[in-house]
Amino acid sequence: MYRETTIVADENQNLAAKEAGDFIINVGPQHPATHGVLHLVITLNGETIKKVEPHLGFIHRSIEKMCESLTYRQFIYVTSRMDYLSSHINNHACALCVEKGMQVEIPGRAKVIRILMDELTRIASHELWLGAMAMDLGAFTPFFHTFRERELINDIMEETCGARLTMNYIVPGGVMQDIHPNFQKKVKDFVKQFTSKIGEMDEIVTGNTIFQNRMKGVGILSKEDAVSFGCTGPAARGSGVSCDTRKIFPYEGYEKLQFDEILENGCDSFARYMIRIREMQQSIRIIEQLIDNIPEGDFQAKTKAVIKLPKGEFYQRVETARGQFGVFIVSEGGTTPYRIKFRSPGFSNLSALDHMARGSKLGDLVAMMGTLDLVIPDIDR
Amino acid sequence: MGQMISLSEISKIIDNWLRATFNPTWTLIIEMVIAGVCVIGLFAVLGLVLVIMERKVSAWIQIRLGPNRVGPKGMFQSMADTVKLLVKEGLTPDGADKFLFNLAPLIAIVVAMLLMAPIAFARDFQMWDINIGVLYVSAVSSVMVISILMAGWASNNKYSLLGAMRSGAQIVSYELSAGLSIIAIVILTGSLSFNEIVHSQVDGWWIFKGHIPVLIAFVIFIIAATAETNRAPFDLAEAESELTAGFHTEYSGMKFALFFLAEYVNVFIVCAIGATLFLGGWMPFHIGSWQGFNQVMDYIPSSIWFMGKTFFLIFLIMWFRWTFPRLRIDQLLNLEWKYLLPISMFNLLLVTAMAILGWHF
Repeated sequence: MYRETTIVADENQNLAAKEAGDFIINVGPQHPATHGVLHLVITLNGETIKKVEPHLGFIHRSIEKMCESLTYRQFIYVTSRMDYLSSHINNHACALCVEKGMQVEIPGRAKVIRILMDELTRIASHELWLGAMAMDLGAFTPFFHTFRERELINDIMEETCGARLTMNYIVPGGVMQDIHPNFQKKVKDFVKQFTSKIGEMDEIVTGNTIFQNRMKGVGILSKEDAVSFGCTGPAARGSGVSCDTRKIFPYEGYEKLQFDEILENGCDSFARYMIRIREMQQSIRIIEQLIDNIPEGDFQAKTKAVIKLPKGEFYQRVETARGQFGVFIVSEGGTTPYRIKFRSPGFSNLSALDHMARGSKLGDLVAMMGTLDLVIPDIDR
Repeated sequence: MGQMISLSEISKIIDNWLRATFNPTWTLIIEMVIAGVCVIGLFAVLGLVLVIMERKVSAWIQIRLGPNRVGPKGMFQSMADTVKLLVKEGLTPDGADKFLFNLAPLIAIVVAMLLMAPIAFARDFQMWDINIGVLYVSAVSSVMVISILMAGWASNNKYSLLGAMRSGAQIVSYELSAGLSIIAIVILTGSLSFNEIVHSQVDGWWIFKGHIPVLIAFVIFIIAATAETNRAPFDLAEAESELTAGFHTEYSGMKFALFFLAEYVNVFIVCAIGATLFLGGWMPFHIGSWQGFNQVMDYIPSSIWFMGKTFFLIFLIMWFRWTFPRLRIDQLLNLEWKYLLPISMFNLLLVTAMAILGWHF
């Protein structure tokens, strides 16, 4: 039997450094701005933030432990539930790691399909982020504009793999099934619509004076701090840290593609915002290079029904929409992993929040959390 | 001018009939009851119309359909919502100050009702032609902040308290520039009575004949009015993403609905005042010596003119809400104290000079 937990036995537990005049509010676990079940204990002085203390664990599902009892084919399905906005990329990382252990070469067609799916996922994730962040700042309209585009990507996903959120499409050895005959046409339609509508976002969001005032000079994260907090992805690249895994540790043939790593030196919320906007355009560039050049052939390599990895340790990192995602598998030679560890980008990015938020206003905290693009199930796993 | 059946004639007919039937005391009492019922009816209708209008406007801006299930084109949606709110339980939190908690929404709604009194809805149709109408409106509207502070304090909720404090700072600040921009028109007219202000615009609305200073005053008035009614981009008091719902976080059911209704009625009132002061109230649109055109304009009833202008301004304020992000509290106060207040003070000097030298048309 579980004992009843007594988390708040000591009322002053969270208030160790409480001074007279401090005002402590709990943002979350049920709060519209946290986009999930994140709990922030915020110490305020008037409206100015003195300290932010994130409390995690509300959506901990012990995915890493669950994976230990699942086979190498099964555990990939669980990883779609971690960062639900980039499930393709999570699956991709796991598949790559298992393939590394199996020493199997996957067909060219599967590689290209995987990259296309990754980039579509990245765009969909950034689109959702853009809408949600604008909503955090009090502008509701961009949400609907970004979801209009995201809907097209979801339709493509649905047609290809039958799911719109937890795809489970990328499996060890390739992809689960071949792409739909309409795939190329639909992706081209999407690219056309996206490139013609991205200007709308500049008009309604980027160029807005209120928006710029809310973003510029807010949530400063210097280059040194970004490195020391272990930030990755757009959060670090906004501070000028070059950390795009697709460039530094290329996988799956990213080294053959023409695209730029986006860097900004603003170190503020606006820099992180611009990074994501420009990254979407780079993803479109990658898609345009590949969509007409999907090689013919198999979509899956011939693999055994039961995968056994040799004894050893395997690590694979990929670039998700939020940063570097790593999978570490320790194998004892059996059909299930001995231990699995996921390195999620959101956890490290969240750790920088306290540093960024100190001294700014409560309203800015929401903007900072928005630009960090936190996905709580990814942080808690 | 071919005057059709108008609101003022209807009221005159009723008045004459009552006077013929009852003695003067009873006439006065019955007329007051009728006016009260009319205000409450107008409240209900305004609440329903403005809510559905907001939802349709937002849907139109956000490329979606909006409510479209209840009634033709979803027009009865807000009625269904009202019924839902009426039958919902009105919770009072345990730690709340029960008396103040329940009093706050009533104050909000009573203030909104009081503000209805001096508004000229149509030609010769006004509940109370008070000679200090403008002063009355700016004085009574300040009481609104008390209900918000009361709600925030009595809820015993930190979000509510923060929202109420923000709202207090905001409304007190923005009342200054709202007042100063109203004074611009008072200087030009030389009267505080709404009736006289409307009549002073018979040869042209102030926004047309007042040159640039009145235009500046109008823009400042619209900004301040948006801020005073706690609407986006100045909705810091309820800032959904920061304070969940600000001062009305703990309210539910009809108590919440009263706040909601008061917000929309306040929007209507500030827009009605803006329309009266700057856009000529119920005065039809005339162009200099175009006799034919002016005659056609005169055929449109004065109440339609008034409502048209008011709803145009309401649409403007709704447009703001669905387009702009929210300001931060320090930016909000900076905007008022560093920009709007100095500009409107300087503008007031200009208007005064203009009035003395007679530079307006």
